[in-house]
Amino acid sequence: MTDLPEHPDFLWDNPEPKKAYDVVVVGGGGHGLATAYYLAKVFGITDVAVLEKGWLAGGNMARNTTIIRSNYLWDESSGIYEHSLKLWEGLEEDLGYPILFSQRGVLNLAHTLQDVRDSVRRVEANKLNGIDAEWVDAAGVKEICPIVNTSPDVRYPVLGATYQPRAGIAKHDYVAWGFARAAHELGVDLIQNCEVTGISTRDGRVTGVETSRGRIAAGKVGLCAAGHTSVLARLVGLDLPLNSHPLQALVSELLEPVHPTVVMSNAVHVYVSQAHKGELVMGAGIDSYNGYGQRGSFHIIEEQMAAALELFPVFARAHLLRTWAGIVDVSPDASPIIGLTPVENLFLNCGWGTGGFKATPGVGDVFAATIARGKPHEYAEPFTLDRFTTGALVDEHGAAAVAH
Amino acid sequence: MQLIPCPWCGPREEAEFHYGGQAHVAYPEDPAALSDEDWAKFVFFRANPSGPYAERWSHSAGCRRWFNAVRDTRTHDLLAIYRLDEPRPVTS
Ligand SMILES: Cc1cc2nc3c(=O)[nH]c(=O)nc-3n(C[C@H](O)[C@H](O)[C@H](O)COP(=O)(O)OP(=O)(O)OC[C@H]3O[C@@H](n4cnc5c(N)ncnc54)[C@H](O)[C@@H]3O)c2cc1C
Ligand SMILES: [Zn+2]
Repeated sequence: MTDLPEHPDFLWDNPEPKKAYDVVVVGGGGHGLATAYYLAKVFGITDVAVLEKGWLAGGNMARNTTIIRSNYLWDESSGIYEHSLKLWEGLEEDLGYPILFSQRGVLNLAHTLQDVRDSVRRVEANKLNGIDAEWVDAAGVKEICPIVNTSPDVRYPVLGATYQPRAGIAKHDYVAWGFARAAHELGVDLIQNCEVTGISTRDGRVTGVETSRGRIAAGKVGLCAAGHTSVLARLVGLDLPLNSHPLQALVSELLEPVHPTVVMSNAVHVYVSQAHKGELVMGAGIDSYNGYGQRGSFHIIEEQMAAALELFPVFARAHLLRTWAGIVDVSPDASPIIGLTPVENLFLNCGWGTGGFKATPGVGDVFAATIARGKPHEYAEPFTLDRFTTGALVDEHGAAAVAH
Repeated sequence: MQLIPCPWCGPREEAEFHYGGQAHVAYPEDPAALSDEDWAKFVFFRANPSGPYAERWSHSAGCRRWFNAVRDTRTHDLLAIYRLDEPRPVTS
C-alpha cells in the first residue's frame, strides 16, 4: 500500500474553447499552468485559456528528473531560482494538493582542482545571495551519501562537492495536477488537444491565435512551449537565439531506499536521485544535434551509465526499466528568455533548456506579473531577448557548466 | 545507433562524428559595417526548424573531414549529404 493520491482525472474540466480570452497561454506544461494560476490568483485575471497541443503536462513536465535547487552563480539567476525555491517551500499548502516536495539536499560533485575552485567560488557567491550552500570534502560527501564511491583510484575521483541542503525533488505530475486544479477552480480554461498553428496580429499587436480547434481571439498571448518556442515564434516572423535538442532520462526498477539525496556531476555527466517509490532516476547531457523527435542517441545513455557505475558501484546489478527524451531549448548563455517581444502583447518564456522544472512556481509568478503589467517583473528584467544584442549575457554555462 | 554516411568513408556510427550546427552561415563580408543587431544575428541566432535542416558534421574519429547534411530534425532521417563547397541540394 502507498500513500500516493488517487489518479486525479477529475481535477479539471475539458471545456470547449471560447471565441475570445483576455489572455491565452500557449503550452500546458508546468510553466503554462503555473502562469495561468498566478494570473488568476495574484492579478485577478481569470479570463484565461491554457492551450495544449497534446495532453496536459505531457511534454518536458512529464519527462524531467525533477531536481530543484537555487545554487546558481550569478545574482540574476540566484534572484529568480531562489524566488522559485521559496515558493516551492509553501506550494503544497498554497495549492492544497500534495506535491511530494522533498528537501533532501543536492551535492554537485567536483572532480578536478578547477572544479574545486569553481565550486568554492559558487558557494561563496550563493552565501552572499542568502542562499544555503556549503563546501564539503570527499569524506563529507560520503557522510551525506554513503553509496558514492570516493576512492581516489578512479579516473575522475570525487574531491568534494557543493551542498545545498534546501534543494531536492518533487513529484512532477502532482505539481502539474496541483496547478491545473487550482487554476481551474479560479476559472481558467484548460484546453487539451488544441495546437496553436498561427498567431494573428494587427498593427504590430497580437490579436489572437489560430488553432487546430479554430480561431481564438486574445488580448494578450504568453508562450510557454519549452522546446517548441522557436517554431511558434516563426509564426510571427520572430527569430530566437535557441537550439532545440533531445535530452534523455531513465529509471531503474524499484529498489530499497539507498540514495538519500540528489547527486549531480557535470564533469562525468550524470544526475541521480531516488524517486519516492524507489526508482533510481538518472539524467545526462543533451544530444549534440538539434532535434524534435523526442528520441535521443543510445551512446549518451552508455556514457551516462558508465559514469553512474563508477560513482555508484552498488548500481551494478540494478535493471534499467525505461528511457525517454524530451525536447529542450538551449540559449547561448544557458539562461532563460523571459519578457516582451517586438510584437505588442506577445510575451516570451523560453530558453530554460535542461533546467526549467525547478523554476516552475517562480517563473509562473514572474511571467504572470510580466503579462499582467505589460512590463518585466524585476526578476525577469535581466532575461530579456535583447541581451544578445546588448551583450549583457547571464552566462551560467561558462560559470557553472550548468545542467538541470 | 544512427549510421551517418561520411562522403569519404561511407556509413559509420554516429559516435564517430562531431556536430557543427547550422551550415551556410557565412562570416560577414564587411564586419566593420555591421550593427549590434547584425552581430547578434551572426553570433547567436541560428535557424531551429522542426523539419529539414542544413547542418555541418565532422567525421572526427575517422577521416576528420567536415561535410554538410540535410537532416529532418523530427525523424533524424538524413535527406542529403554533400560537400562544403556544394550548394544545399533540393530535398523535397
Ligand atoms: C530528460 C529531462 C530532464 C530534465 N531534468 C530537469 C531537472 O532535473 N530539473 C529541472 O529544473 N529541469 C529539468 N528539465 C527541464 C524542464 O523539464 C523544462 O525546462 C521545463 O519543464 C520547461 O517548462 P514546461 O514545464 O512548461 O515545458 P513542457 O512541459 O514541455 O511544456 C510545453 C508544452 O507546450 C506544448 N506545446 C508545444 N507547442 C505547442 C503548440 N504549437 N500549441 C499548443 N501547445 C504546444 C507541449 O506539448 C508541452 O506540453 C529536464 C528536461 C528533460 C527533457
Ligand atoms: Zn570520413
